[in-house]
Amino acid sequence: MSGFALRRVNHAFRGERVVPVLDDVSLDAAPGTFVSLVGPSGCGKSTLLRVLAGLLTPDGGEAEVGGQSTIGRPGLAAFMPQKDLLLPWRRALQNATLGAEIAGMKRPEARARALALFDQFGLTGFERAWPAQLSGGMRQRLALLRTFLTPADTLLLDEPFGALDAITRREMQAWLQEVWMGHQRTVLFVTHDVEEALLLSDRVAVMSPRPGRIATVVDAPFARPRLPSLVTEPAFVSRKAALLAALDDAMARPSLPPAPG
Amino acid sequence: MTGAGRGRTWRLAREYVPAALLLAGLVGCWELAVALFDTKPYILPAPSRIWDAFLEIRGTLPAHTRVTMTEAVLGLALAAVFGILLASVIASVPLVRRVLYPLLVVSQTIPMIALAPLLIVWFGFGMMPKVLVVEMVGFFPIVVSTVDGLTGADPDMIALVRSMGANRWQVLRQVRIPAAIPAFFAGLKIAAAYAVTAAVVGEWVGTSSSHGLGLLINRSRASFRTDELFVAIAVISLSSVLLFAAVHLLFRIAAPWAHVMTREDSK
Repeated sequence: MSGFALRRVNHAFRGERVVPVLDDVSLDAAPGTFVSLVGPSGCGKSTLLRVLAGLLTPDGGEAEVGGQSTIGRPGLAAFMPQKDLLLPWRRALQNATLGAEIAGMKRPEARARALALFDQFGLTGFERAWPAQLSGGMRQRLALLRTFLTPADTLLLDEPFGALDAITRREMQAWLQEVWMGHQRTVLFVTHDVEEALLLSDRVAVMSPRPGRIATVVDAPFARPRLPSLVTEPAFVSRKAALLAALDDAMARPSLPPAPG
Repeated sequence: MTGAGRGRTWRLAREYVPAALLLAGLVGCWELAVALFDTKPYILPAPSRIWDAFLEIRGTLPAHTRVTMTEAVLGLALAAVFGILLASVIASVPLVRRVLYPLLVVSQTIPMIALAPLLIVWFGFGMMPKVLVVEMVGFFPIVVSTVDGLTGADPDMIALVRSMGANRWQVLRQVRIPAAIPAFFAGLKIAAAYAVTAAVVGEWVGTSSSHGLGLLINRSRASFRTDELFVAIAVISLSSVLLFAAVHLLFRIAAPWAHVMTREDSK
């Protein structure tokens, strides 16, 4: 079991002008914890995930998964991008085993493990379907199944439910909690839904607008399994209010010093 | 018949009946015009006369078609092999792309009808120059679309596979090559549509073979058998359509995933 750590990560995009995206971001998670990252659009949440996934080398700072540096080294964490990115030329079962196969698992073993999870991921009967034949919710569950099968203890999930309708989304939240409790992996979950973050996580980190900083971290010490009705309980509501206030505060604070005069 | 079956029949009818009616009407007008103006058969034979010519020479048609189709298929296969090889190099080495792409475009402006006699000077009257004409005609669309396919893979998909720890070869094998298959077949289909005509041009310029649709055209023309000429034209068209359909079938077999109805389509 492994956790992850980000230490003073800085990054800027260099196009026609330099746009700072990450400003001294530090965040860590103990093994087996579920951490969420909330923040306004464009605050650098996805950039942070790409750093942990080993796809992006930041200008400065350290990123580790399971004690190993991810700088210039992909493959340490299982990454699930915003789009499901199922390969259209692989059937559902083959898509599920992709990460495991690339990590070097023998195909029969990968298949057996995937098949064992198809029921839990609500995909039984669709093993041989092409991605184009699956509904939005099924595609998302299949992408999650692929992520879970990738042999890494840390999962990086970038707004996995962002494209789903509200009802499917609620179902998927309950279901993800159940799956996570069964597998006990470290999760970094990016969302811009405060309620979703609180409902699922052990800790919620709030990011400021670009350049992204960690504005505050709020604990969510609710007993599991958490029911959807939790969202109306006073302890939950007060924490949600604190998170929203932190978010508003971060939004209101100018991210760059105001121009003189 | 089931409701769905009837719907399908109706759709097919709506799709093809108007074109068939138009064709029948045109052939009818043609027959009528030839009779009305008493046109000489060597200038424009009536459809009925062309049909008679077909019945007369139909025994020799399979042999002619076999020779031409062999040249077309061999040329197409050669174009596919070289097209894929060159496209792979162009897609992976930017310098090669900059050097070869302009040359490739210029090569397409050379008229085949001028080049074909030269090929005969170089390679004789055998099958080789015909195959080469087909290859040169088919090469360009295959290279261009395969390069587009190989370089056009979704960068997010590549990033995902890389995040799993994939090396260059695995990225190629899992993402770039499968993503290029539909583009490759798009090029191959265009090449297939021109392949028979290209083989005919090769034969028409000169051949030592006793058969071939190009040869049939030459002979019919020389003996003022315009009706036979029309039979040859019809066989060439039909062969082209068949070759095109065969390539499409190959595409369906090679990439069944590219032909599934998406849920959005079926709504």
